[in-house]
Amino acid sequence: MSRLTELFEQKNKRVLNVYCTAGYPQLNSTLEVMGSLQKNGADIIELGMPYSDPLADGEVIQSSSLVALNNGMTIDTLFDQLATMRTSIYIPVVLMGYMNPILQYGFENFCIKAKSLGVDGLILPDMPLYEFEQIYGKIIQDNGLDFIFLVTPETPETRLRKLDALSSGFLYAVSSSATTGTDKDFSKVAVYLERLKSMQLKNPFLVGFGIKDKASFDAVNIFANGAIIGSAYIQALSKGNNVETTTKTFLERVLSN
Amino acid sequence: MHLFNELTNYQQPSEEGYYGQYGGAYIPEMLYSNVETLKNQYLQIMDDPAFKAEVAALLKDYVGRPTPLFYAERLSAEIGAKIYLKREDLCHTGAHKINNTIGQIILAQRLGKKKIIAETGAGQHGVATATVCALKGMECVVYMGEKDIERQAPNVARMKMLGAKVVPAVSGSKTLKDATNEAIRAWINEPDTTHYIIGSVVGPHPYPDMVARFQSVISAEMRTQLEEVTGSPLPTHVVACVGGGSNAAGAFYHYLNEPTVELVAVEAAGHGVHSGMSAATTQLGSTGILHGSKSIVMQTKDGQVVEPHSISAGLDYPGIGPLHAFLYASKRGTFMSATDEAALKWAFHLSEIEGIIPALETAHAFAVLPEMNLKPTDVVIVCLSGRGDKDLATYMQAMDLK
Ligand SMILES: Cc1ncc(COP(=O)(O)O)c(C=O)c1O
Repeated sequence: MSRLTELFEQKNKRVLNVYCTAGYPQLNSTLEVMGSLQKNGADIIELGMPYSDPLADGEVIQSSSLVALNNGMTIDTLFDQLATMRTSIYIPVVLMGYMNPILQYGFENFCIKAKSLGVDGLILPDMPLYEFEQIYGKIIQDNGLDFIFLVTPETPETRLRKLDALSSGFLYAVSSSATTGTDKDFSKVAVYLERLKSMQLKNPFLVGFGIKDKASFDAVNIFANGAIIGSAYIQALSKGNNVETTTKTFLERVLSN
Repeated sequence: MHLFNELTNYQQPSEEGYYGQYGGAYIPEMLYSNVETLKNQYLQIMDDPAFKAEVAALLKDYVGRPTPLFYAERLSAEIGAKIYLKREDLCHTGAHKINNTIGQIILAQRLGKKKIIAETGAGQHGVATATVCALKGMECVVYMGEKDIERQAPNVARMKMLGAKVVPAVSGSKTLKDATNEAIRAWINEPDTTHYIIGSVVGPHPYPDMVARFQSVISAEMRTQLEEVTGSPLPTHVVACVGGGSNAAGAFYHYLNEPTVELVAVEAAGHGVHSGMSAATTQLGSTGILHGSKSIVMQTKDGQVVEPHSISAGLDYPGIGPLHAFLYASKRGTFMSATDEAALKWAFHLSEIEGIIPALETAHAFAVLPEMNLKPTDVVIVCLSGRGDKDLATYMQAMDLK
């Protein structure tokens, strides 16, 4: 059973997935950030592989990606850093990134290597369904990785069911059509989340984009199995000067009762 | 791989938008609905007789088509071949870009859209978009690299005068690539009401095919016009500059399946192909994904897109449309390049011997003529994609240096 599946069997409410950019704020802070996230209550870590042209990302994640690239982060360097990951990180880790750097690395080699390091799944927002079915889905599956598709309020039902069927681990429900880090009115999102909940999907679903604090985390948890926080955490990291204290303060607020 | 679609017809990408291994729609789910709607409707809309008539009427009375095919006598004598110029510089707004924006604005109306966004490099596509938005009373926002805003000031002023909002793209290299990223992100953020008019044969399927079809009017006219003067619709060569590749796609389109016609695409070599300051994508790039399609992309070995260089903002792009990538890979197209210096020299030379001041982009196409080993019997059409008014600041600087 995959770490993600196992997690959701034990906990299917208020699951918190936090995004961080590999190589940010410093080239070598990747594992430190991941360790702090685990220690302070994150259930899943979504580790972003920086890319020069991140189409789905808003300014905050764009700029953290740029810093990470300028710090010298590459897939090779990241894999070197992750070599010792599983000696300290026991929660699920999914890699988020864009297709192009992975194609240059070699898609299959990438999957083999990621799996061997203890990575659990992949989120690739620009992976088309067609190419997934034709080529990449099988490679991902053969290597025992979960793949998490994104769905939006505009995704038609038949497509949504298909994306759910092809995903494993969880499904990524984008709160509304937007890039990351955009503010949301969660009363409007509720209708969509209620619909998702009523669909009896195969996978649990986590809501992402615009979740930034306790209020937004609580709001989506009425319907969802949990949520994904990205830009708000990166912003906190960019302002704080100590990873552990910044992370602790940030997650305490989000998770407080 | 299953994706390989062996094309016999270069005009027609596969159902999923592939020309050979290039094309597709590598877009985040947030854009799926919009792109899918477009994909399902563009051919139907473009085939509708009422749509065709509306486009044709505007191309005639507003854009001023057909544009002339001009026999360049002095240039022909100098090069030693018969050289014809397809005068896209005489289109309203001064470049071929408006052929596409006229089509797409009417298409956007049919799709019920209220607002238009666009990216622009040289500003020609931005101006062409702002123009048709003014014509149709639609809101218009144009994303333009901060660096391009500086070097193409007259076009920025024109867009503003036409009522468009010009938003500077400040990420990355602050040029066309980044303006395109910003436009795509803006589209993600308001997909329902907005149509994105891409300015070249790039982007996710169906854009490359749709833009090529709108630009194909160029070669449709070339065939008729050439036949009138030479008795044959077929030249031996068609030459065009390539940024994303829309004027080239338009000039090649009705010759793609005519194997006797050599299709010459000219990329910007910047300071020289291997100088590290170049935009010659096919020479420097490799298979990659940029702006939603798989094509040839200038990138590092780690798959990060690199910042290109060209003196001409319209060719300063690290990618190329998937059709052109396929023309390159299949060797159906001949790919050449011209440096900044050669382009500048030819901008002046064409002005002096033919009385036509070309855009800097266009000047690249002329710069390869002496290297093509042409024979006196060759009949060459050069796509004169745009006029040089927007580049006067660069030309004035060059004159000061002379
Ligand atoms: C006059 C002119 N020619 C050519 C281009 C390059 O674009 P494309 O390769 O799409 O024709 C531009 C782009 O701005 C232009 O303004």
